[in-house]
Amino acid sequence: MYVATKGGERAIDAAHGWLAAERRGDPGVAELSIAQIREQMALAVNRVMAEGSLYDRDLAALAIKQARGDLIEAVFLIRAYRTTLPRFGASMPMETGAMQITRRISATFKDVPGGQVLGPTFDYTHRLLDFALMAEGEAPLAPRAPAEEVPAPHVLGLLDRDGLMEPVPEGAAVPPDLTRAPLELPASRALRLQALARGDEGFVLGLAYSTQRGYGRTHAFVGELRIGMVAVEMEIPELGFAVEIGDVELTECETVNQFIGSKTEPAQFTRGYGLVLGQSERKAISMSLVDRALRWEELGEENTGAPAQDEEFVLAHCDNIQATGFLEHIKLPHYVDFQSELELIRKLRRGATAMNEAEE
Amino acid sequence: MTEAYSFAYLDESTKRMIRRTLLKALAVPGYQVPFASREMPMPYGWGTGGVQVTAACLVPEDVLKVIDQGADDTTNAVSIRRFFQRTAGVAVTEHTTEASLIQTRHRIPEAPLKEGQILIYQVPIPEPLRFLEPRESETRKMHALEEYGLMHVKLYEDIARHGAIATSYGYPVKVEGRYVMDPSPIPKFDNPKLSGNPAIQLFGAGRESRIHALPPYTRVVNLDFEDHPFEPTKADAACDLCGATTSYLDEVIMDDAGGRMFCCSDTDFCATRRAAGHAGRLAPGGEAA
Repeated sequence: MYVATKGGERAIDAAHGWLAAERRGDPGVAELSIAQIREQMALAVNRVMAEGSLYDRDLAALAIKQARGDLIEAVFLIRAYRTTLPRFGASMPMETGAMQITRRISATFKDVPGGQVLGPTFDYTHRLLDFALMAEGEAPLAPRAPAEEVPAPHVLGLLDRDGLMEPVPEGAAVPPDLTRAPLELPASRALRLQALARGDEGFVLGLAYSTQRGYGRTHAFVGELRIGMVAVEMEIPELGFAVEIGDVELTECETVNQFIGSKTEPAQFTRGYGLVLGQSERKAISMSLVDRALRWEELGEENTGAPAQDEEFVLAHCDNIQATGFLEHIKLPHYVDFQSELELIRKLRRGATAMNEAEE
Repeated sequence: MTEAYSFAYLDESTKRMIRRTLLKALAVPGYQVPFASREMPMPYGWGTGGVQVTAACLVPEDVLKVIDQGADDTTNAVSIRRFFQRTAGVAVTEHTTEASLIQTRHRIPEAPLKEGQILIYQVPIPEPLRFLEPRESETRKMHALEEYGLMHVKLYEDIARHGAIATSYGYPVKVEGRYVMDPSPIPKFDNPKLSGNPAIQLFGAGRESRIHALPPYTRVVNLDFEDHPFEPTKADAACDLCGATTSYLDEVIMDDAGGRMFCCSDTDFCATRRAAGHAGRLAPGGEAA
C-alpha cells in the first residue's frame, strides 16, 4: 500500500525533537550561556549582527546558540526577528571621524595624525594552536593604560584637502532601505552599500578578491581602516533637535584607488567605501573593493564584463539568506514536476524510437 | 508567540503594502508588480511569497487549506498550515470545497474552484523570460514592449530538436492577450484550469519581490503553434487507490523489481472519491488487488 508521504506531522515533530537534543549535545557537558557566546565568540556575534542587519549582541548570541553555531542559520533567525520590528526612521549621518578608536591603521602613510593603533588584531599572530586554551587555564589579563584623547581625523580627508581625492559624491537626505522597498535597478550607491553591508562575507570576499586578480581592476590601497564605537544620533520630531540614542561598534574602510582624469581634468585618486556593524575588517575591506569596482560607469571606466562590475549580478546574489533558501529548497518535494518530466521524456523517447524503427 | 506578533504574523503596515500590490496586480493581470518582500521565519524557497500573500489576505473568518504537490500532508504544507494556525488562529481544512483560501505549491486542485475562493501560488521565479535572458533590467523592457519573440523561438527550437515543446511544468501562458506569464511550476496538465477560473488567483514570489495575479474569469492562453497545439499530459493510467482516470497522478516506485503504482497527486480529491465508494486497482476490496 501507498504510505510514502503519510505521517508528515509526526515526522516534523520528531525531527524538531531530535534537532533540539542534537543542539544541546552531551548533557554531561556544561551548557553554553548567551553571555559566554557574546563574550568569547564575539567575532561570530559580529558577523551575525552585520549580515542580520540588527545591532544586538545578546540576540545574535542567542541565534548562534539556537542555530548550533551555523552562522548563516543564525543570520536567518535574526533577519526573521528584525522583519517584525517597526522602523522609526533614519538616524543622523554618523560621525565616524569622532569614533572612539580601538583599532586604526593606514597602509598609505607611515604615520598619520592620531597615530596608527594596532588594537586587538590577529594580523601579526603566529597561527599556532594554543594548547594552553585547551587546558582551560585563564588567559593572563592584558596590561591597561588610560586612553589618549587624540583626535584622529579621516586619513582620506587629509588627501582631500590637497585636491588629490575625488570629492565625496552627495548622497540622498534619507537613505534608501532595501528591507522596506523592492530593489530597483540601477541602484544608487547608498543602496548598493546597504546590500553589500548585509551581504554574505564569503561572497563579497570572493568578488573583492576577483578584482585583485584582474576581473575588474580596483588597485586598492587601504587608506584607512578604523574600528571603534560611534554615537548614534536621531532627530526627534517632537523635540526639534537630535539626541544621542546609543553607541554602535563599526568597522570602516576607505580605499584609495586608481586615478581618474584627462588632459583637462587633473588626475585624482578615487574612493571605495566599506562600513560594517561590529568588528569585521575582512568584510569592510572586501566591501570597499566591490563598491569601487561597481562605480565603473560613474567614473567613466570600461566595463570589462567582470562579475564584480555587474551591479545586477552582485546585488541579486550577495544575500546569503536568499541564496541559501533558494538553493536548499530543491530538497523540498518536486514529484509533481518530476512526474511531468518523466511523461515528457518517455514521450520523446517513444517518438525517437518509432522514427528509428521506421528508418530501418 | 501570538501575543508578540500581529494577526497572521505580519505587521499591519506591511499587510497594507502587500494589499496595495495585490490590487495593482489584479488591475494589470499577468504583470509582475514589485513589492517590498519581507523576511519571513521560513526560508526563501519554502513559499515566503505565498505566505506573505496569504498573511495579507487572511481574515479571522477564513478557512485555510495548504497543499504542496497537491497533498495536504506533505511536510511543508503541514508546516505552513501550522504557522497560520499558530499566528492567525484560523480554521483549517483539507477539503478544497470548504476552503475560502488555498495556498498551493505546484498544483491546482482537481475540484473546480468557486467564486469567492482565493488560490495563492508559491512562486520560485516569476519571470517567464528569465532563462532566456538573465537580466531583470532587460526582461522588464521586453514585457513593456511586448517583445516575446525570444520565447516563441525557444518553443520552436524545442520542436526542431525534440519534435515537441519540451516544457512540462511552468508552461508559459499569455494573459488577456498582453503579458506572458509564468504560472509557477504547476504541471502543464493544470494549465487549462488557469483560464476562466471563477476564483481569484494570486502568485507570490518572496525572494524575487514580485506579485502577479489573475482576476476571476481571466482569459489565459497557453503559448503554442497551430501545427503543434498545446496538450495537457498526465500518466496514461488510472489512480490505483480511487480509480480516477482524469486526475493528475504521482508515480510511486513500490519495490526494486520495477513495480510501481499511480495515485492522485491531489490527496483530498482521492480521499473524497474513496469515501464515495470508488476504488482503484490496489485499494482494499478493489477490482483486482
